[in-house]
Amino acid sequence: MTTTTRIERHHYDVVVIGAGGAGLRAAIEARLAGKKTAIISKSLFGKAHTVMAEGGAAAAMGNVNPRDNWQVHFRDTMRGGKFLNNFRMAELHAKESPQRIWELETYGALFDRTKTGKISQRNFGGHEYPRLAHVGDRTGLELIRTLQQKIVSLQQEDKREFGSYDARIRVFAETTVTELLLDGDRVAGAFGYYRESGEFVLFEAPAVVLATGGVGRSYKVTSNSWEYTGDGHALALRAGANLINMEFLQFHPTGMVWPPSVKGILVTESVRGDGGVLRNSEGKRFMFDYVPDVFRKQYAETEEEADRWYTDPDNNRRPPELLPRDEVARAINSEVKAGRGTPAGGVFLDIASRKSADEIRRRLPSMYHQFKELADVDITKEPMEVGPTCHYVMGGVEVEPDSGAAVGHVRGLFAAGEVSGGMHGSNRLGGNSLSDLLVFGKRAGGHAASYADSLPERPKVAVQAVEAAVETALAPLQRDTGESPYTLQQDLQAVMGDLVGIIRREGELADALVRLAELRERVAKVSAAGGRRYNPGWHLALDLRNMLVVSECTAKAALERRESRGGHTREDHPAMDPRWRQVNLVCSLEGDAVQLARKPLPKMRPELIALFDRAELAKYLTDEELAEFDALAEEAGN
Amino acid sequence: MGSKRQFRIWRGDEDGGDLQDYMVEVNEGEVVLDVIHRLQATDAPDLACRWNCKAGKCGSCSMEINGKPRLACMTRMSTFEPDETVSVTPLRTFPVIRDLVTDVSFNYEKARETPAFAPPADVPPGDYRMQQVDVERSQEFRKCIECFLCQNVCHVIRDHEENKPAFSGPRFFIRAAELDMHPLDTRTDRKEYAQAEMGLGYCNITKCCTEVCPEHIKITDNGIIPMKERAVDRRYDPLVWLGSKIFRRGETPQTSVTSARAAGPATPSTTRGGVHSHAGGSHDPQAEAQAQSGVNWHREVPHPTAPAVDERGKLPLTELTFDRAAAPSPFGDDVTFPLPPEHLNFAHPEQDKH
Ligand SMILES: Cc1cc2nc3c(=O)[nH]c(=O)nc-3n(C[C@H](O)[C@H](O)[C@H](O)COP(=O)(O)OP(=O)(O)OC[C@H]3O[C@@H](n4cnc5c(N)ncnc54)[C@H](O)[C@@H]3O)c2cc1C
Ligand code: SF4
Ligand code: SF4
Ligand code: FES
Repeated sequence: MTTTTRIERHHYDVVVIGAGGAGLRAAIEARLAGKKTAIISKSLFGKAHTVMAEGGAAAAMGNVNPRDNWQVHFRDTMRGGKFLNNFRMAELHAKESPQRIWELETYGALFDRTKTGKISQRNFGGHEYPRLAHVGDRTGLELIRTLQQKIVSLQQEDKREFGSYDARIRVFAETTVTELLLDGDRVAGAFGYYRESGEFVLFEAPAVVLATGGVGRSYKVTSNSWEYTGDGHALALRAGANLINMEFLQFHPTGMVWPPSVKGILVTESVRGDGGVLRNSEGKRFMFDYVPDVFRKQYAETEEEADRWYTDPDNNRRPPELLPRDEVARAINSEVKAGRGTPAGGVFLDIASRKSADEIRRRLPSMYHQFKELADVDITKEPMEVGPTCHYVMGGVEVEPDSGAAVGHVRGLFAAGEVSGGMHGSNRLGGNSLSDLLVFGKRAGGHAASYADSLPERPKVAVQAVEAAVETALAPLQRDTGESPYTLQQDLQAVMGDLVGIIRREGELADALVRLAELRERVAKVSAAGGRRYNPGWHLALDLRNMLVVSECTAKAALERRESRGGHTREDHPAMDPRWRQVNLVCSLEGDAVQLARKPLPKMRPELIALFDRAELAKYLTDEELAEFDALAEEAGN
Repeated sequence: MGSKRQFRIWRGDEDGGDLQDYMVEVNEGEVVLDVIHRLQATDAPDLACRWNCKAGKCGSCSMEINGKPRLACMTRMSTFEPDETVSVTPLRTFPVIRDLVTDVSFNYEKARETPAFAPPADVPPGDYRMQQVDVERSQEFRKCIECFLCQNVCHVIRDHEENKPAFSGPRFFIRAAELDMHPLDTRTDRKEYAQAEMGLGYCNITKCCTEVCPEHIKITDNGIIPMKERAVDRRYDPLVWLGSKIFRRGETPQTSVTSARAAGPATPSTTRGGVHSHAGGSHDPQAEAQAQSGVNWHREVPHPTAPAVDERGKLPLTELTFDRAAAPSPFGDDVTFPLPPEHLNFAHPEQDKH
C-alpha cells in the first residue's frame, strides 16, 4: 500500500515546528547561524496563537521605574511559580528579556512609548514594578508580525544572495507534523501532511525545535484555539523525551461559558472589583458561603457590609467576590457540581443590576464592546454566564535550561515556548510568556544550529518508520466503523473539564484515568469521513491521540501531587507542602503507557537564594533547607 | 432554545462546486463560525474552513457571507432576519482550495516583495527613542490582522487576474505607508517604490478596502492617499524634474520612479488597459460562467465614492505640480474612452433594496 504513496522530501539543517513567537525566534536564530531552516505551522503564517496575547511582554528594562532590574524580575517569577520554577530558566529569562525586546525594535516593532521616547511599561499582577512592554491590547500581534517581517527580510537577503527567497529559510504553512523520526536515539527528521492537499511530506533534519504551544483544547471551556492539541508534548514523549509539571494548568475563574460565540473569553477581575457579584441559578449571592477561615477577618459577612465596601473600604470588610482566584473558582465549581449552575455549566456574574448602564460603559469599555460586538450580550442589561476557563499549561517538555535541549532518551530535539516546561513553575505570571518565547526561542534555535554543526554525519530516516507513519495517518480515513472525531473530542473535553479541572479530588482523578483509558480504545478506532484535501474531521482524528496522551499525563501527575500549589488545586490536600516543592513529576512513555517518576528540583545557587527574605522563604522551604539558608547567610555575614 | 435556520454553503474545489442547503440549529448569541462548527460536528464533518482565535484577532476566518466579505467569527447570527437564508461562499479573489478555504498565497508573495524595515545602522538596540505621537501613525497600520478582506474586495484584482502580478493591494500599500511613516526607517523611497513597483497607481481610491477592514484601519485616507500625494509631489514636481535634467544631464534621472517608469512593463501605464475607475463589478465571462454553474455571488457593484477633497472642501487643484495640462480626469487618468463593454459597470438603482 505504502509504495504507491507519494511523499515529498526535504532536507534541512534545522526544522522548527511551530510558527508562534518561540518558533519564529528560533528559526531566525538558526538562519542567522547559517543553517538551512524550515518553519512548519498548522495554520497560515502569522496566525499562531501568539497573536491572541493582549497584555504585554515582561522585561525588566526599568523604563518606567528605574529601580526595576533582573533580580527583582527573577524574584517575582519565582514567587509567582511558588518556587517550583527551574531557577536557571527564571534567571536567564529575567536577565535576557530586555535585550530580546530591544532587538524587536531593530526588526521594526513599534511599542507604546514613555514621555522620554523609551518603550512604555505597564503594571500587571505579580510584577513589582511596571514591566510589561505593550502595544495597546495587541502585543502578541505586534510580536508575531515583527518576527514574521524579520523572516521576510532575511528571505529578501537570501534572494539577493542566492536568487531565491527560500534558499535558507522556508515557511511550510498549513502543514501538520504527526511524527518525529529517529535514528537510534538521534532525531533524523519529521513527518507530516499538507492540510491543503492531504499529501505527505518528510523533512530530513538532524535537529528539530518544538515550539507548538499548549494543550487547552482538551478542555471544554478554554481560551485556546484548535491548534492547542498538545502535539509538541506528544511528539516529544513518543521520541523519548520527558514532560514535567503537567499537573499545572492555568485556569481563569471567570471565563464566559455562554453564549458559544464568546465561550472561553476571559472576564477581567475588575468586573468584580467594580461591584459585580456572583449568583447561582437560584439567584443566591453564594460567595458568602465560601469564605475560608483564614480569610474570615478580612471579608464581609453580610451583603449590606459588602456593598458598603465599594464606597467606604476603610470601615468595611471586602466583599467575598474578591477572594483569591482559586477560592472563587472553587466556589463556582462547588455550586455547579451541586446542581445550582446554569445550563451551560457556569454561574451568573451580575453587574447589570448593580450599576447604572452609563457607569458600566465608562468603567468597563472594552468588556462592554467585546460582548456587544461578539455576542450581542449587553452587560449593562443582563448578567454574564461565567465559569473556570483553561488558559495556559505550565508543564511541558523537560529541557536543559541553557540550550533548550530535551532531557530524556533523545538527542537533537529542542523545545521552547509554551510547549517547554520548568520556566514558570506551578504558575505563570502574566506577560512572562511572551518574553519567555523570545529568550528561549533564541536559545533553542542557536543550540539546535550548533548541535547540527557538531554531528560528524547526518542521522538517517528509516523507511519502515515512514511507512508506519503513513499508515497511522491514513488509518482514520480507511475505517468507517469507528466514531466521529468530534464526538470523541467532546467526550474527552467532558472528562478533563469535569474531573481534571480547576479543583481536583482524588476520587475524580482516579475516575478520570479509567475513562481516559476507555477513550484511548475508542480513539484508536476513530474514523473520519471524506477525502484527504483540507478535511478538518481527519485532522482532528489525528490530533486526538496527542490530546489523549497529554491528558493522561496531566491526570496522572495531578493524582500523584498531594498538595495544592499554583495551577494545581487539590480539594483533599488544600495546603502547600514544602516537601512537595522539592519534587518535579516527570512523565515519559514506555511502549505507549505513560510512566510517572519523581525527580528532585535543582537547587538554587547561593547568590540567587540570597535575593530573598528569610520570612518569605519560610513559606516555601523545608526546615532543613532553611537551616542551610541560615548557614549560608551566616557565612556571608562573616 | 435554538431554532432551525437555512444555510447555503458553497462546497467544492478548484474543479467546481455548488451551493448546498443545510438546516442547522442556531442558538441565541451565536456567530456564523459557531454554526459552521456545528455543521462540522453533525452533517458535514469534512467541511473545510479556516479559523483560529474566534475573537477577530487572527484574520483566518475570512469568507463572503450573503455576498459581503466578513470575518465569520465576528458576524453575529442576530444580524440576519430569522427567516433569512444565509449564504456562505469562499473569498472570490483567490483560487478555491476546498469549500470555504482559498489559496491566499498571493498575499504572502506580495508580502515578500515589499521591502523590509531598514533599521538605522548607528543606533544600537535599546537606544531607539521615538515619541508616542510619531509611532501612532504607523501603529494604526500595524493593527492589521492580515485577513485579506481588503485585498479580496479591491476591484483592481477582484475580477482581474491579469492585474495581480503588478498590483500588491491595499494591505501592502499600508505596509509601505507604515514603513514610510516609521520614525526610524532609513529608506527614503517608499512612496516612489509603491508607485513604481507595487502598482499604487492602479488604485483609484474607491475606498472599498477601508469599508471592509475589520480593524477599522483607514486604509485609503491615512495610508494610500498620503502615499499617493507625496509620490505625486516628488514625482511630478516640475522643479525637481527640471533639476534632474539640468544637473544630471546625460545621466539616467535619479528619482527611482522616473527610471522605473521608463524601464518597466510592470508599470501601470502599460498594463492598465483592463482597469476602470470607481466601481468594481465588471461582468467578466468567468463570473458569468460561475453564475451559470449555480453560484450566486450576490454580485453588487460598490457605490461610487466621491474623490478626495482638500481642507477647503475642493478637489485638489494640482495643475502646477501635475505632469499634464488641465485638471485630472474625474474618471481617473488611467482610463481611456470608450471603455471596453465588458468593463462597463451597471449599478441597479434598487440594488440596495433587496
Ligand atoms: C487569550 C490569551 C491571552 C494571552 N495573553 C498573554 C499576555 O498578555 N502575555 C503573555 O506573556 N502571554 C499571554 N498569553 C500566553 C501566550 O500567548 C502563549 O503562551 C504564547 O503565545 C505561546 O507561544 P508559542 O510560540 O509557544 O506557541 P504558539 O504561538 O501557540 O504557536 C504554536 C505553533 O505551533 C504550530 N503547531 C502546533 N502543532 C503543530 C504540529 N503538529 N505541526 C506543525 N505545527 C504545529 C502552530 O500552528 C503554531 O504555529 C495569552 C494566551 C491567550 C490564549
Ligand atoms: S481604494 Fe479601492 S482601488 Fe484603492 S486599494 Fe482600496 S479597494 Fe483598491
Ligand atoms: S488592512 Fe484591514 S482588511 Fe486589510 S488585511 Fe489588514 S485587517 Fe484585513
Ligand atoms: S477566527 Fe481569528 S479572526 Fe476569526
